[in-house]
Amino acid sequence: MNIIVPVKLVPDLVEELTVDAGGTALDTAWLRLIINEFDDHAIEQAILLKERTGAHVTVVSTNFEGIDDLLYTAAAKGADRLIKLNGDFESGINNHALARALATIIRDLKPDLILTGVQAHNDLDGSIGPLLAEYLGMPYIGYVSGANVSGEKVIVRKEYPAGLIGEMQAILPVLLGIQAAEQPPRYVAISKVRLMMKTMNIEEMDLGALDSTGAPIVNRMFQPEAAERAMMLSENADEAASQLVTIFKELGTL
Amino acid sequence: MNQDIFVAIEHLRGKVSDISYIMLAATRVLAQGTGGKVVAIVLGHEAQDLARNFNADQVLYADHPLLSDFIPEAYQKILAGIIDEYKPRAVFFGHTTIGMDIVGGISAQLGLPLVSSVRTIETDRKLVSQICGGKIMAECELPEPTALITLVPGGYKPELGQSPQSPPITAISTQMLDGLRIKLNQYIEPETSDVDISKEPLLIAVGRGIQNQDNISLAEDLAQALGGVVCASRPVVDQGWLPISRLVGKSGSTVKPKIFLALGISGAPEHVEAITGSDVIIAVNTDPAAPIFNIAKYGTTVDLFDLVPALTEQVKQTKG
Amino acid sequence: MSYYTLKSIIALLALLVAVGIFGWRIYQLLWVNLRRGQPSGLFNQWGERIKGLIVFVGAQLRLFRFLIPGTAHFFIFWGFILLSLTILQAIIEGLVSFTNPRFVLPLIGNFGPLALLQDLFALFVIIAVLYDMYIRQLVNPERYKGSHKSQGTMVLMFIFTIMVSLLVMNGIRINLGEDPLHAWRPISTVVGKIFAGLDERTQMVIGESAYWIHLGVVLVFLTELPEGKHFHVVTSTFAVFLRNLAPRGRLPAAPEFDKQVGVSKIEHFQWRQMLDFYTCTECGRCQDVCPAYASGQPLSPKMLMMNLRDHLKEKGSARVILPSTSTILKNPEKSLVGDVITDQVLWACTTCYACDQECPLFIEHITPIVDMRRHLVIEGRMDGMLQGALANLGRYGNSFGQSDRMRAKWTQPIQTKIKDARREAVEYCWFVGDYASYNASLTEITQMTANVFQKIGLDFGILYEGERNAGNDVRRVGEEGLFEMLAEKNMAVLNKSVFHTIITTDPHSYNTLKNEYTGNGKHPVLHYSELLDQLFTSGKLKFSKKLGYKVTYHDPCYLGRYNGVFNAPRNVIAATGCELVEMPRHHDRAFCCGAGGGRIWMEEGLVKERPSEARIHEAVKLDGVQVFVVACPKDIAMYRDAVKTTGNEDRIAVKDLIELIHEAL
Repeated sequence: MNIIVPVKLVPDLVEELTVDAGGTALDTAWLRLIINEFDDHAIEQAILLKERTGAHVTVVSTNFEGIDDLLYTAAAKGADRLIKLNGDFESGINNHALARALATIIRDLKPDLILTGVQAHNDLDGSIGPLLAEYLGMPYIGYVSGANVSGEKVIVRKEYPAGLIGEMQAILPVLLGIQAAEQPPRYVAISKVRLMMKTMNIEEMDLGALDSTGAPIVNRMFQPEAAERAMMLSENADEAASQLVTIFKELGTL
Repeated sequence: MNQDIFVAIEHLRGKVSDISYIMLAATRVLAQGTGGKVVAIVLGHEAQDLARNFNADQVLYADHPLLSDFIPEAYQKILAGIIDEYKPRAVFFGHTTIGMDIVGGISAQLGLPLVSSVRTIETDRKLVSQICGGKIMAECELPEPTALITLVPGGYKPELGQSPQSPPITAISTQMLDGLRIKLNQYIEPETSDVDISKEPLLIAVGRGIQNQDNISLAEDLAQALGGVVCASRPVVDQGWLPISRLVGKSGSTVKPKIFLALGISGAPEHVEAITGSDVIIAVNTDPAAPIFNIAKYGTTVDLFDLVPALTEQVKQTKG
Repeated sequence: MSYYTLKSIIALLALLVAVGIFGWRIYQLLWVNLRRGQPSGLFNQWGERIKGLIVFVGAQLRLFRFLIPGTAHFFIFWGFILLSLTILQAIIEGLVSFTNPRFVLPLIGNFGPLALLQDLFALFVIIAVLYDMYIRQLVNPERYKGSHKSQGTMVLMFIFTIMVSLLVMNGIRINLGEDPLHAWRPISTVVGKIFAGLDERTQMVIGESAYWIHLGVVLVFLTELPEGKHFHVVTSTFAVFLRNLAPRGRLPAAPEFDKQVGVSKIEHFQWRQMLDFYTCTECGRCQDVCPAYASGQPLSPKMLMMNLRDHLKEKGSARVILPSTSTILKNPEKSLVGDVITDQVLWACTTCYACDQECPLFIEHITPIVDMRRHLVIEGRMDGMLQGALANLGRYGNSFGQSDRMRAKWTQPIQTKIKDARREAVEYCWFVGDYASYNASLTEITQMTANVFQKIGLDFGILYEGERNAGNDVRRVGEEGLFEMLAEKNMAVLNKSVFHTIITTDPHSYNTLKNEYTGNGKHPVLHYSELLDQLFTSGKLKFSKKLGYKVTYHDPCYLGRYNGVFNAPRNVIAATGCELVEMPRHHDRAFCCGAGGGRIWMEEGLVKERPSEARIHEAVKLDGVQVFVVACPKDIAMYRDAVKTTGNEDRIAVKDLIELIHEAL
């Protein structure tokens, strides 16, 4: 079975995010890019399926700063093939453009199953999974937190609110939007990643021309003004605690 | 051009979800801007009764046995057909496990523009989206010809999407739904727990800041002293430190307590959208820039490990 | 055939059988098994090693850390040395009895003072053995839990029998007038008196019986020596002679197998490490001082050694049985890491060094643990919290998951901007450390430290965002690759900066910067207590006040036991005018707070009593002590917590040394 995992890098929310001088995009000067958390889960789920069924796992991503480390880490976890996509995305790349370009490349890889993160926090034109599925002519199920392949089918657990699960099955090939892998993404020792750097090869391919139709044009980006910011209590633990006790009394809890 | 705004109503196991009403409220605002009608689309099987008390001008109802439960492929096919036929000015989808599964496919299939994570509609039909964990807002024009929009909760109250009257229902024919590759096997209920946090009046929530499972006992002690219940945001439940019945957030429960005490929670949208119904939110987080302080009424940057024991002690003393 | 000829024949046969069995076992254990181990590198510093033999083997120095058991063993040990000559006498006497029934060893056999010493020591050994029996059977202390009690008792009985039979044998020979040195054997004489009333023939029979019992038990003991813990009789001298003389705080280079670090099979250990496994005497002194064991964790350094020894022998003997195939018939394939030594045992260690410090035979317990942890890390077998901490360390250079740009945020309120050591030359480069920089409740102390440094006019700077976790605990957790990465980054920044000395407030960083950052030799590394002690002694630092507190001081593991810095902090405490009262466990017996070895990054699990809480209990028992002084940021976090959870907030306050200094300036 051939599993493809498209992943992407997103801004690390640990850092402060600011808008650039142009006012329509993020300031990239202090931006740290890390793997999209949900794509990390997708890799984990793919590796789990590989461990269970002996599948072949390909991880593919666009070429941004830090991508090599991400790909080698995936290899250290068990990914078989690494592909880096080159192209002109100085000004950023939206999901519609990426999905169209990816579809051309992925079609040639003849996937049985595609796993990708169900969303990324910087998505503005929907998430990549459903778009890619449609361009490839595959059915799509999102918000999946468990998957099992059985013959020509994949059986998934789709998450609904309040902990409800919808168990669905789909005939391969299928694209799944992963919410969570069956176990948290595993840790891989740095020495293993370094070993991969010496032994694995990252293939490079060209994305080709990008067609962004379908994505909105951003007028402006800004940081939300806190309409009403919280009333801040004391910075001293005991004082803050007694202030809270007063608040609880006012609300009738105490 | 047709200036009507359509809304893809979401329902789950016989109940219309809150996001549908929030969408109707947003649609009202947008429709005023475009001058068109508000049309609600309901897909289902023998489910006309769901289409009641919508703040909409019309309901289009499509019936088919395969639409009785949500199946992404089926819903996408039917809705794409409806949108292609009626060509409205915009269509609202919920930014949910239902809406997000189908809107992308429709956008790709029909070549229509898609704007996601929209929170509010500004005057002159500008859409404001919330991205990057709530830290960044992006504003865009309503794209043409038919804008597909996914809406996140928080911008409008569901009550504004409700109406004492029910709009007229028009049944529409559906195309064939054979050759589907997705099937729903069954629903799996979560393990029943002793607590239904959506009904609790006092919630003490722990987030990533609690750091490990053992520390949750601090929150339990406080909950016991105050007479409240402990709940959690996603990172805590993912680690298995609390069961999913305690999850407050998109995949968990929406809560409306009197008091919501958030300990070590940053305020990511998926969590925040589930607590905006609280009367009073109190946030404890050592990061003064955490988004949670934007929706909380009271806040403090005192370390929760210092505050919680002190608070528990004082509460116990007060209770005597 | 006369009795004496028979005696020679039986003695010869018995000797051949016993030596044969003993030799075969030695061959298997020391030759076959150790050859499968990895090379141990060259040994050097022979002078130091010979000195070690005299002090630690001859004077049995570490054994006296427990006074009475130490004394008992001293006598048994020296008794063994002295009386080995009587055993030699007995063997040769038997062998040559067919020509010379009254054989006596030349020179030494005729030396009166030696005979006296031997006679006295026979008695001392008997007393020591009886005392040890009493301890083992009646007192049965905690440290023997898990040890093979019956083996110990059996050997004590052997020794007792050997001694008693010797005295009986000697006593009767004195009675029969066959001993020219009878005046030098008072004890034997007294024993002989018991049999004095019997006729000559009977006495001879008893005497010869005593001889056979003596020889017999000696030979049986010889064959039993390689089994179990008494093998230390053979290996201990070598073990002490070849002990590790590198600085304690320096872990040896990580071995690699199949391109990955970590030990996953017993043969991955070096032969010198295998020697350690054999040398364990199951005395349990390490177990007694282990904080993990005390808190109810399944880790016991003693059991660790015993399990490794047993596994080594198991795999070894099985291989010898079927050298041509690799199947092990005796037991199904047990994995070293997981089955023999469980994951939980390996993760429980705080690397506090109490075990290695206590062991009379310098057995290293921590190094094998770290070696096996490296394998666990490669396999990804660790709890979620540790995974998260390592992921954060890899991405952000700190375990808190906060941006590296926030590392110096604590400096903002400081009036005079602290120099950036990366840009300006400074005398002292202050390596602040993760906890002091990022932990919100420690910020105040870090700022206070900066204030103190500025007040006393130190020319210092910090590395701001260039600093990363020094990697001490990362290395001890077994993530060697991450340690190398962090060390590379730190060294790159340090090498580009101009300074004379590195000072730290964190003993963990201190340890690795001093001992493990190769290429850093040119810069001395000081803990701030050492620096302040120097400044105070030289008169450059003066305190304006004398604080009258009654305090106790907790020696941080990585400052005290690992690097021998005990006096500097105490001098500073005295200089501030405080009265120091030592806890029962102090200096190199200080009881670890439980945070080291990466434990602070792991889930706690079920504990009987946290080490930090036990330590606070120890401190509050001291009369009138109000302040618990520490010199490590993690200690502050652990002990402040423990004071709260044990309900001692009104009894004792936890203060960093810098707080006393700040107050006294």
